[in-house]
Amino acid sequence: MINERNLPILATLLVFIMLYGFGMYQYQGFRDTLVFSNLLTDNAFLIITAIGMTFVILSGGIDLSVGSMIAFIGVLMAYLISNTGMHPLFAIGIALVVGVAFGAAMGVIIAFFEIQAFIVTLAGMFLFRGLAYLINLDAVPIDHPFIAGLYDIYVPLPGRGGLTFIAMAMLVLLALGILIARRTRFGMSVYALGGDSHSAALLGVPVKKTIIKIYALSGFYSAMSGVIFAIYTGSAYPLAAVGVELDAIAAVVIGGTLLTGGVGYVFGTFLGGMIQGIIQTLITFDGSLNSWWTKLAVGGLLLFFILLQKGIVVWVKKRSAS
Amino acid sequence: MSHLVKENVQVKDTLIVEEVQSAVRPLLEIKNLSKSFTGVQALNDVSLQIQQGEIRALLGENGAGKSTLIKVLTGVYPRDGGEILLDGSLINASDSGHAQRLGISTVYQEVNLIPTMSVMENLTLQHQEKTFGLISWKKAEIRARELLAQVGLEIDPLRQLDTYSIAIQQLVAIARALSTQAKMLILDEPTASLDSDEIKQLFDLMERLKSEGLGIIFVTHFLDQVYSITDSITVLRNGECIGTFKTAELTRSDLVSHMVGKSLEDLAPTAHDHSIKRERTELLQLNNVGKQRYLQPLDLSIAAGEIVGVAGLLGSGRTELCELAYGSVKPDQGEVTLGKHSLTKSSLRRAIQVGMGYCPEDRKQDGIVAELSVRENMILALQASKGWWSPISMAEQQNLVEEMIHRLAIKTPDMDKPIGELSGGNQQKVILARWLITHPALLILDEPTRGIDIGAHHEIIQIIKELCEQGMGLLVASSELEELVMFAHRVVVMKDHHKVSELHGDEVSEQAILRTIAS
Repeated sequence: MINERNLPILATLLVFIMLYGFGMYQYQGFRDTLVFSNLLTDNAFLIITAIGMTFVILSGGIDLSVGSMIAFIGVLMAYLISNTGMHPLFAIGIALVVGVAFGAAMGVIIAFFEIQAFIVTLAGMFLFRGLAYLINLDAVPIDHPFIAGLYDIYVPLPGRGGLTFIAMAMLVLLALGILIARRTRFGMSVYALGGDSHSAALLGVPVKKTIIKIYALSGFYSAMSGVIFAIYTGSAYPLAAVGVELDAIAAVVIGGTLLTGGVGYVFGTFLGGMIQGIIQTLITFDGSLNSWWTKLAVGGLLLFFILLQKGIVVWVKKRSAS
Repeated sequence: MSHLVKENVQVKDTLIVEEVQSAVRPLLEIKNLSKSFTGVQALNDVSLQIQQGEIRALLGENGAGKSTLIKVLTGVYPRDGGEILLDGSLINASDSGHAQRLGISTVYQEVNLIPTMSVMENLTLQHQEKTFGLISWKKAEIRARELLAQVGLEIDPLRQLDTYSIAIQQLVAIARALSTQAKMLILDEPTASLDSDEIKQLFDLMERLKSEGLGIIFVTHFLDQVYSITDSITVLRNGECIGTFKTAELTRSDLVSHMVGKSLEDLAPTAHDHSIKRERTELLQLNNVGKQRYLQPLDLSIAAGEIVGVAGLLGSGRTELCELAYGSVKPDQGEVTLGKHSLTKSSLRRAIQVGMGYCPEDRKQDGIVAELSVRENMILALQASKGWWSPISMAEQQNLVEEMIHRLAIKTPDMDKPIGELSGGNQQKVILARWLITHPALLILDEPTRGIDIGAHHEIIQIIKELCEQGMGLLVASSELEELVMFAHRVVVMKDHHKVSELHGDEVSEQAILRTIAS
């Protein structure tokens, strides 16, 4: 059903299909499944981060700490595995618990002290980056047969492509995100908060509890992204993933989520992340363009989607007024 | 002081006051409820009872304590003293969610639902049924359709709430309020933005709920609605319960007397000098100006040197008239002209340039910019009408402001003090001065004396009279009848968002105004 609420996500889908179609039309190599499976793998950490960010933005907030969280979690994992000889599974477990705890802590500050999420997560951004440096100043390899094993898991697809462990983990986390958003009371509370927080409170939504859970969830997803990033690169570096928070916000907005909250879909965010990946791939295929063209294209798309959403909001208002 | 006020407002005919008999155990019983905010007694020893299947109007003017009472009932404010019993047992709601679980649901004037969610999502929020731990949207849709059927709505529950009109949203809010096994339903001005068909729909629903044994508290400013739907009326004034009456036995004039605290017989038909001394040159003319769901079309003209008062109860359309006349709300029909200039489609800046000025009712919200200085506040309108590319020089600003501070006797240590630190009366004078330095031909004042002390009150009335003598036209809306009859040459009486009468010259008296409102 086409209505005002899923118009942005349909626009996202259209952009996705058009870009992909353009690639397939223009370049022979683009038609292979390898391109698609590479897109899934290469953008997995960005999409995972952006799924967590979707909940934050749906609630009307923002989380700037996710990029630093990825770096911090990676460095923490490397330290636990190399310096203490811990099994990677335990290290991943600890890393996730730390991520959730830090996210929840920011949530508590935002909910109980009523400080803007922008400021609190900005502090988190500096803090996590600093903590990463505290553990390790340089890039270190994560050398463990278990991690290497994970990296090698591969389900072949027709053509030359195939699903890596990283791609599959991302798809599982995507499905989980969609379920949480649309099929749980917590998810609906997130939408309600973003739609109108004052009314939400009057309707009986536990506002503070929900805010804490939102940032804990974003902490979980960005920590998960940190783990995936570490597996993907096989190393940990305190300067990793600088600016990823902004790419994630861009993915969420291009995915059709309203920046003011209340409207959007987790699946849209997946498309938003993939679109950024496709643009990058197209530029690589072209060969003559500088990689900075990616930024230009993403910037243009962002602007287009923000204007589209504004247009829809105005249109809906006009329609209900008449 | 308080003794004086008491005596002033005493109603003579207390004999006809009849408590509604409580034959059976009341559904809701409020005993000696009190609530104060930093020294202001918002509710003082209020007691009332509501039976099952009773529709009770809760009436009162500004500051009577209606909204405080509702907020205490629903647990938004804690109470200072008193008891609330629902179905015979003491209740103590801690928040609005708790009150709903106890059986008291409230529907507010501004729809408190989530505009960006679907009707179904709104109806089931926090009450969604689950299968295997996940929300079942199939069950939710069935439930939503049941709830909508209960209020007689046939709409698509999957569509986003804000694609529907306010009236439908209001009914959805009621459907949701009923979903929690409500025993008591509080409707806080639900009809303010509804048209007559929609109101009829709402009333049919209220009748049905009444027959099902629900108790309903109905807050409204429309007296016609009070008489067409309610069984009984509770009047609050200054935080005190004036009494509870059977609707059928209370005449309109008595009701109005109770609400404003003055009885018709007490008021002598005061004779002020209401004639205009100069030749009549028309300034502002409203020709069949109205806006749907806002104000019924009306005619109005104001001449130079004339003061036209706007009277009416709270919510009768006084402010709406001012806003339409000024142009801050655009009418959807009719013509507005000021002198030779048609302003029907003009921008506010154009209106100011041709001589319009407006001091809004809510000084804090719409009038002053608290952080800016007295000088900056005063210069705003003049600067705006000139355009920001031709700034007024500092020397000129200082001269203008100095002159105004002197002329209106504004008490401020210097012109660079933030206006937020001044008293209410002086803030009001600064706003007046803001318009006076633009030399308006016509000035619209909405509640110019609200919340200011007696001395400043007197001064502002003097200023209004002086301005009028200098040939300015004024439109003054006020809830204080005494003050209106002191200076107005004519009084427009508003009721239920339309103009019911215009009193001229010698007809202008408090008694006549009250009679018109009550008729």
